[in-house]
Amino acid sequence: MKHAAYALTPNRGERMLRHAVVLYIWALVALPLVALLRFGLREGLVALAEALRSPVALSAIWLTLWTSTLVALINMLLGTATAWALVRYRLPGKTLLAALIDLPLAIPTLVTGLMIAVLYGPLSAAGRMFEAHGIQIVFAQPGIVLALLFVTLPFVIRAVEPVLMEIDKSEEEAAKILGASAIRVFRTVFLPSIAPAVLSSGIRSLGRALGEFGAIVIVAGNIPFRTLTAPVYVFGEIESGTPRTAAAVSLLLLTIALGLHAAAHAIERRIGARDA
Amino acid sequence: MLEHAHSRAAVAPTTIPASALHADARTAAWEGIARAAISGVVLLYLATVLVAPLVALASELTRVGLRAALNALLQPNALFALRMSLVLAAIAVTVNAVLGTLGALVIVRHRFIGRAWLSALADLPLAISPVMIGLSFLLLLGREGWLTPLFDHFGIKIMFAFPGLLIATLFVALPYTLREIVYVLEEIGTSEEEAAATLGASPWQIFWRVTLPNIRFGLAYGVLMTLSRSLGEFGAVLVLGGSISGQTQTATTFIHDAIEERQSAGAYGMAAVLAFTSVALLLTLSWAKRRRQAS
Repeated sequence: MKHAAYALTPNRGERMLRHAVVLYIWALVALPLVALLRFGLREGLVALAEALRSPVALSAIWLTLWTSTLVALINMLLGTATAWALVRYRLPGKTLLAALIDLPLAIPTLVTGLMIAVLYGPLSAAGRMFEAHGIQIVFAQPGIVLALLFVTLPFVIRAVEPVLMEIDKSEEEAAKILGASAIRVFRTVFLPSIAPAVLSSGIRSLGRALGEFGAIVIVAGNIPFRTLTAPVYVFGEIESGTPRTAAAVSLLLLTIALGLHAAAHAIERRIGARDA
Repeated sequence: MLEHAHSRAAVAPTTIPASALHADARTAAWEGIARAAISGVVLLYLATVLVAPLVALASELTRVGLRAALNALLQPNALFALRMSLVLAAIAVTVNAVLGTLGALVIVRHRFIGRAWLSALADLPLAISPVMIGLSFLLLLGREGWLTPLFDHFGIKIMFAFPGLLIATLFVALPYTLREIVYVLEEIGTSEEEAAATLGASPWQIFWRVTLPNIRFGLAYGVLMTLSRSLGEFGAVLVLGGSISGQTQTATTFIHDAIEERQSAGAYGMAAVLAFTSVALLLTLSWAKRRRQAS
């Protein structure tokens, strides 16, 4: 066919355009990642593993892994509850809340960090209150968790909401009429429908949390072995001119992040959902 | 048919035994408790995680004083940082509007080897930590970088200069427009374009008269997302630009430096500007969404 602006057999001009697009995306995205991979593997896998053996690096990776996992689990639980409440209940200020939920996607992460530092910092009422009970939030691990919760808040809510809206009312009513308890209705009618969305968006929030930098760098205080997360550690290593360890930690986290991305993508494809 | 009859029999009130009615009342009571409990937990959760930080920033800004914040923002280096962010965002929006549209058309409507790879690559910036993006470009274009000799040859400075900031911004903003349009193109199919071609329209006419009007909401949506993402980028811009005041400092890295230097008026002022901008963008976005659904 000749007029092929829309079709599967492009003409010469369109092929040139395609080559330009392909080149641009490969150069912009693949090239730097290949550079990172090449640099990290330059001295072999053994040297790479050796670079990961530093106690500071290990503790940073561990801190990032457990805080992110905790945040993903909280998201899966409370995000689902939030979606449930937004779809099915009447809440005070619901319109405003529903609009606010996307805000973490739009607000710069550094501003998020600043907001949390202000809210729970030593000068604020909330910060003093927690301090009086011996709980430190800013420059401590709870601050990291709160910052990650803010930036990942929309993921599960926005993935589960449309699924809940689509569930057939008649199925729920049928189950109730047949005498199923509320918990049983939830388990047999709702859970099977929302489980894949909860899982894939939970995985996405985990991946997002693993790489978070801006929201954490101000809140955490970045104390080695206590509040230094892996991305902040990588930044520190770049600044101090030791890209070798930075590359090693990056490659490890990147591998995990890409694995999670692929897993979430596979689930979304299966349920035909749109990527978060 | 049989099933239908069966379910109707179950609905008929006469067939519900007394024990089931009892269970019904119990279920209703449980649901009331669950409703109250879930609503309470959700409101508490949203108030703590989402609303309280926003309120804290606003109240801190009034404590520091709006006038002081405004004065700090009118300093030359603050204005420079703000302008730098706007310029970067404007370029990212323009480049992504064009390349996002082309890229989406290529990914959805062309068939070629490596198409799936291209689609995956275009998604990748969403999955990579900004710091690691910065590091990767540093290893590609930095002191001992792969491509450094090439750019040195032409006398182009990338690291800690404007091109570095631009590359970082283009990388992080790449997926937004493209994915929006891919989604729209997959939904609408090609029948309208085929009709136009049958009626004798040229490819150029088809693009401007059929394809572009069809994807306009996706494009607008992508542009707003790109704008918000570019203005907010911090990690990659910090690594590649170095946040040199008056040279490579952007709005976000300005906030970072102002915090380090304990200049709270500047930090809160700039943070408020960015937060306000993102709220405005978000409202426009949800308005565009409603328009799209309405049309």
